[in-house]
Amino acid sequence: MKFCEYVNAVLTGPVSLLKGMGVTLKYFFNPKRIVTEQYPENKATLKMHERFRGRVELIHNEQGFHNCTSCGICEKACPNASINVLSTKNMAGKKVLGKYLYRYDTCTQCGLCVDSCPFGCLGFAHDFESASWDKKSFELVLNKCEGQG
Amino acid sequence: MTFGISNFVGDFVREYSPLPELALAVNVILAIIAVLAVGIGSAPILIYMERKVCAHVQCRLGPMRLGWHGVIQTVADVTKLLFKEVYSPKGVDVIIYYLAPMISLTAPFFVLALIPFGANWQVINLDFAVPAIIAINGLGLFAVLLGGWSSNNKYSLLSALRSGAQMISYEISLALIMLFVVLISGSASLNEIVASQSGTILDWWIIKMPVLGLVGFAVFMCASTAELNRAPFDIAEAEQELTAGYHTEYTGTAFAMFYLTEYINIIGASALGAIFFLGGWSAPLIGIEAIDNVLTKIPDLVWMFAKIYFLIWMFMMFRWTWLRPRVDQLMAFEWKFLLPLNLILLGGGALFSALGWVL
Repeated sequence: MKFCEYVNAVLTGPVSLLKGMGVTLKYFFNPKRIVTEQYPENKATLKMHERFRGRVELIHNEQGFHNCTSCGICEKACPNASINVLSTKNMAGKKVLGKYLYRYDTCTQCGLCVDSCPFGCLGFAHDFESASWDKKSFELVLNKCEGQG
Repeated sequence: MTFGISNFVGDFVREYSPLPELALAVNVILAIIAVLAVGIGSAPILIYMERKVCAHVQCRLGPMRLGWHGVIQTVADVTKLLFKEVYSPKGVDVIIYYLAPMISLTAPFFVLALIPFGANWQVINLDFAVPAIIAINGLGLFAVLLGGWSSNNKYSLLSALRSGAQMISYEISLALIMLFVVLISGSASLNEIVASQSGTILDWWIIKMPVLGLVGFAVFMCASTAELNRAPFDIAEAEQELTAGYHTEYTGTAFAMFYLTEYINIIGASALGAIFFLGGWSAPLIGIEAIDNVLTKIPDLVWMFAKIYFLIWMFMMFRWTWLRPRVDQLMAFEWKFLLPLNLILLGGGALFSALGWVL
């Protein structure tokens, strides 16, 4: 190392150290930055962040309707075969969603179904306490009533 | 043999008991109790403080469950450590293996005995306290080397060798910076060094010796961080490389002793920093009559511990902010940067003192 470089390093080194110190001091004296959740105690007020991936849900609007046309693209996209879209025909003879079967126990929350849905009617729910004693409770029907669409 | 510090219990025994020689024994017991109280009493506080400082630097909360904000967490940890089986793995040199933690614990207690925590709060008032502290610090290195070598573990051995090289190198810097303080204050007794800084806040060596004081303080913090084997200079127990370094194989009480050593060493180093550069147990007077009257009302013990804990907090912030250098970088930093800087400081200190360029 040349002498000039050495002197330069000696003079600029402490400045960069102090910059790092500034960052940690800012964190230390700013309790609002703390991200820890006191989980069982704050169960009532705990809200998951927006992008949290819980189980897949079929998005219903205020009137209880959804946009699913029973096209089955999500079923083809699912790598674990966790989704079965069972279609039926309404009174006009049009193909509509009968039952949206979803198996939470084999789902890995990869999000391929959510990404692939052309109508944007799938999303992730924000509930995370999903442990259960009964395997049957993971077989869900996501639509609230049959024959819509 | 007296060292100039008297206490009323010892004096009472010397004057009124039928056996005046009993005073020596009483004084020894008092000294042991005092040192243990400072050393072992502070360690749980420091462990709790370290966990909280670390957590808040990293945007976490730290221990919160046991007691209010987790204050009795360390009590639980220490209890757990004491109830663990003391165990030595196969192929260990048993005598040295169990001797190492005991040796490591003697050195910091010895340093604590020499430190004046207040005008009359001291166990031994030595005239040659600074050289004595330099000598005692070597004992800590001895314990690390013995513990690492006798563990029969390649990580422990590597760590012991690394920390041997590191501590011997940085001892030079620490000794030289102590020499700098001795040079400018004109005495090797810690009480005299504190007395040389009496007055307002401007009379502390960190400010009184223009620029050199501040550089000297930085060098002292640097060298003592390395001497304490704390991050950023913790190559002796670099977790990612050497698991836990020289105390990898230790469990239970033996591990607790190494842990205790580390934290009592921090108190010792911080106390020395406070004495050398921050005016020791003198109150931070600022020269305004009304405020100074209030400040002097606070006992000197409180000021000393406030300064010690401020320096400990600084050590902890260093640990959780900066990165660990490589072994060769560490040695290069000592021999190519700190040592020349120390020699320049010594020369500069002598020049400034001789020319009277002191505030």
